[in-house]
Amino acid sequence: MHHSIEIEHLSYSYPDGHLALQDVSLSIKPGEKVALVGPNGAGKSTLILHLNGILSGEGSVCVCGLEVSPATLGRVRAMVGLIFQSPDDQLFSPTVFDDVAFGPLYQGLPPGEVAARVEEALEAVHMSAYARRVSHHLSMGEKKRIAIATVLSMKPEVLVLDEPTAGLDPRSRRSLIRLLGELPLTMLAATHDMRMVRELFPRMVILDEGRVAADGPTGVLMEDVALLEAHGLERT
Amino acid sequence: MHIHFLDPYRSGDSLIHRLDPRVKFVLALAFILTCALTPAGAWPVYVLLFATILAIEILSTLGVGYVLKRAILAFPFVLAALPIIFTTPGAVWLELGIGSWELTISLPGLVRFLSIALKSWLSVQAAIVLAASTPFPELLVAMRAVRIPRLLVAIFGLMWRYLFVLADEALRLNRARAARSGNSGQPGIKAGGDLAWRARVTGGMAGNLFLRAFERSDRIYLAMVSRGYDGEVRSLPLPAITSANWLVLLAGLVILGVLLSLSFLFGS
Amino acid sequence: MFFSPTAMHIPDGFLSVAVSVFLWIVSIVVVGYALKRVGKDLGERQVPMMGVLAAAIFAGQMLNFAVAGGTSGHLMGAALASILLGPWAAVLVLTSVVSIQALIFQDGGLLALGANIFNMGIVGVAVAYMAYHTLRKLAGGRKWGLYLGGFIAAWLSIEVAALSVALQLALSNTSPANLAIPAMAGVHALIGVGEGLITVGALAFLSTARRDLVEAGEAGPIKGSLVWVAGLLIALVLAIASPLASARPDGLERIAGQLGFLDAARSSRSQIIPDYAFPGVSNTALATILAGMIGVLIVFGVALAVGYARRSVRRSERRSERRDHQVSSK
Repeated sequence: MHHSIEIEHLSYSYPDGHLALQDVSLSIKPGEKVALVGPNGAGKSTLILHLNGILSGEGSVCVCGLEVSPATLGRVRAMVGLIFQSPDDQLFSPTVFDDVAFGPLYQGLPPGEVAARVEEALEAVHMSAYARRVSHHLSMGEKKRIAIATVLSMKPEVLVLDEPTAGLDPRSRRSLIRLLGELPLTMLAATHDMRMVRELFPRMVILDEGRVAADGPTGVLMEDVALLEAHGLERT
Repeated sequence: MHIHFLDPYRSGDSLIHRLDPRVKFVLALAFILTCALTPAGAWPVYVLLFATILAIEILSTLGVGYVLKRAILAFPFVLAALPIIFTTPGAVWLELGIGSWELTISLPGLVRFLSIALKSWLSVQAAIVLAASTPFPELLVAMRAVRIPRLLVAIFGLMWRYLFVLADEALRLNRARAARSGNSGQPGIKAGGDLAWRARVTGGMAGNLFLRAFERSDRIYLAMVSRGYDGEVRSLPLPAITSANWLVLLAGLVILGVLLSLSFLFGS
Repeated sequence: MFFSPTAMHIPDGFLSVAVSVFLWIVSIVVVGYALKRVGKDLGERQVPMMGVLAAAIFAGQMLNFAVAGGTSGHLMGAALASILLGPWAAVLVLTSVVSIQALIFQDGGLLALGANIFNMGIVGVAVAYMAYHTLRKLAGGRKWGLYLGGFIAAWLSIEVAALSVALQLALSNTSPANLAIPAMAGVHALIGVGEGLITVGALAFLSTARRDLVEAGEAGPIKGSLVWVAGLLIALVLAIASPLASARPDGLERIAGQLGFLDAARSSRSQIIPDYAFPGVSNTALATILAGMIGVLIVFGVALAVGYARRSVRRSERRSERRDHQVSSK
């Protein structure tokens, strides 16, 4: 039984020399929901981009038992659904349907299957009525849900989210948190939203200056005020 | 994830860095013009021109290796000129037999080709030194000084400001697409979709980028209006060029003039 | 270069000084006029909009799609800019893109900048504008006009600009005409397809997201007619000049070519049209280009004719509608 995500001694420097990740190791079991927290610039987004091979550093990254390498990118990207911070970057097709269909279409699935997947994915995010809508005109909250749908239609094993609740008003935020709670997938979310972390993510990993500063049960870590403050976090 | 590496400017404190951007701009153009006017085959002059630009590269502390590496990027275009070694008439230099074809490399053709390659290589080095030693805002000053219309310079300025922002967005669009470009692993199904589809998706991404840029420009306009913008581009008057810089300009132009005159002695 | 979509940015050293200077003068005149026109049409919004859209086109050239075996297609953007912004604004935007590419990224030379602005910012824009509006008129407002018009405008913008580059290289004695022209035309005919598809994709997206933007770029027939005529003239000139420059009838014989090549006594004129031709390049390439160009001209001839016919039919229809007291709806 493989781990959903297995990162071993990952280090990464940007082309301009900036060392973004230093010797990061992390394992996530299937079904686990893990929050990745830390101050801005800690390397959270950088780490996330390694999970589907967009970036590649030193060390090893395995998803669902498969080592992430140029040869396996296709399979990896079908198994790891990455949702970026700004939904505008992800919704690039004329209609919602087209955007959600992109993943399965790219994979070469037959049209009937594609349509079925789109329906399922939109259903899962409670946006079935939006299929013919123009992504551009939707509200931020709606866009975020559609963005999730665009990934769900690929039926990934793991869902990775970058700041899922950023920019949402309280109602949209509440409804997104509810949605994430409903999804049974393995989940890793980089976030500043500590209240959401408490609610949804039993395990918390604190990343600071490219290193894993702490990795443990949310309930426990949240009580360690000194630890939180040391890494630019607040107890909520 | 910023595209800093797009910006070629390398900060430094060399003599070249400290030169007035207007002087650098004019000298760079003069250098390129000199290269263009130097006749084919005037080898000593090409060597001297190379020595000149090399000296400037060393003075600029940019690193000769850095400049030469970037200069190679213009190289592929040289292939467009390659055929003239075969087609220019004149004294035969080399005969090649490839299968049933007879290709003849003529001496004038070779001379011409090498000259073109040299002109190009030298010119691009001058452009690189200019861009790498001069922060973009100073280049805008230089453009104003050579009387490029204020409006156009203003457009350049805004373009530069948002270049990196939008390039970032383009990069993220690419990544978002890559993240959804998976392989189902099912046998018999080929991933990737057909070419036309991929091109149309790319078009959608471009449309998305345009639209966001357009709406962003609206917001920028509002911000400008809120700070008093009325359509006219106003800027501070340019400071006077110091006498030291005038001297450098003069010296540079004289040197180039001498080299050019020399070249007419050597050239065919 | 990093983001250069095609082999169209001419570096320094490849064009003769005469050609460079001439094209500089043309570009300066056209860009100068564009600045005035845009000032009148757009007013104060022009600076932020042009600047940001220039950045968008530049950034848009970074979007690519896999073609085959590791190569990828990109967008140049002259057609899209022309369709969305109208020709004069597009000229300014493309001029900015090409200028910054040359100055900062050494994508294209500085002395050759005049030529590059001409090829991409002027020829590309004018031809695209002409094609797009012709086809939209032909379609009479139906949807396919947008897409076919966009595709052909984009394809032409690449192909004709490429021909322009090839001619300039030939006139500068840098590349033999009968090689440069077929090569550029051939390669860019394919690249143009990519540009066409991306442009159509962008128009599709924008039609659903912001239809008003797509409609806004259409200048009225009177305002844009200068550009339209210019576009047609450019396309025609290049279409006629290319095959002519590309070969002389007697030069197409391979053997005569080889003999002629070794002949020392040559007039300078024949240097531009050398007799030597690589086997296989001359006949078929020439024929393809000629056919393509003629085909294009025929399409436009037909489009024009149909356009005129429609207009007169509509006029008489409207007259009869008014007579029947019917409310006409668009």
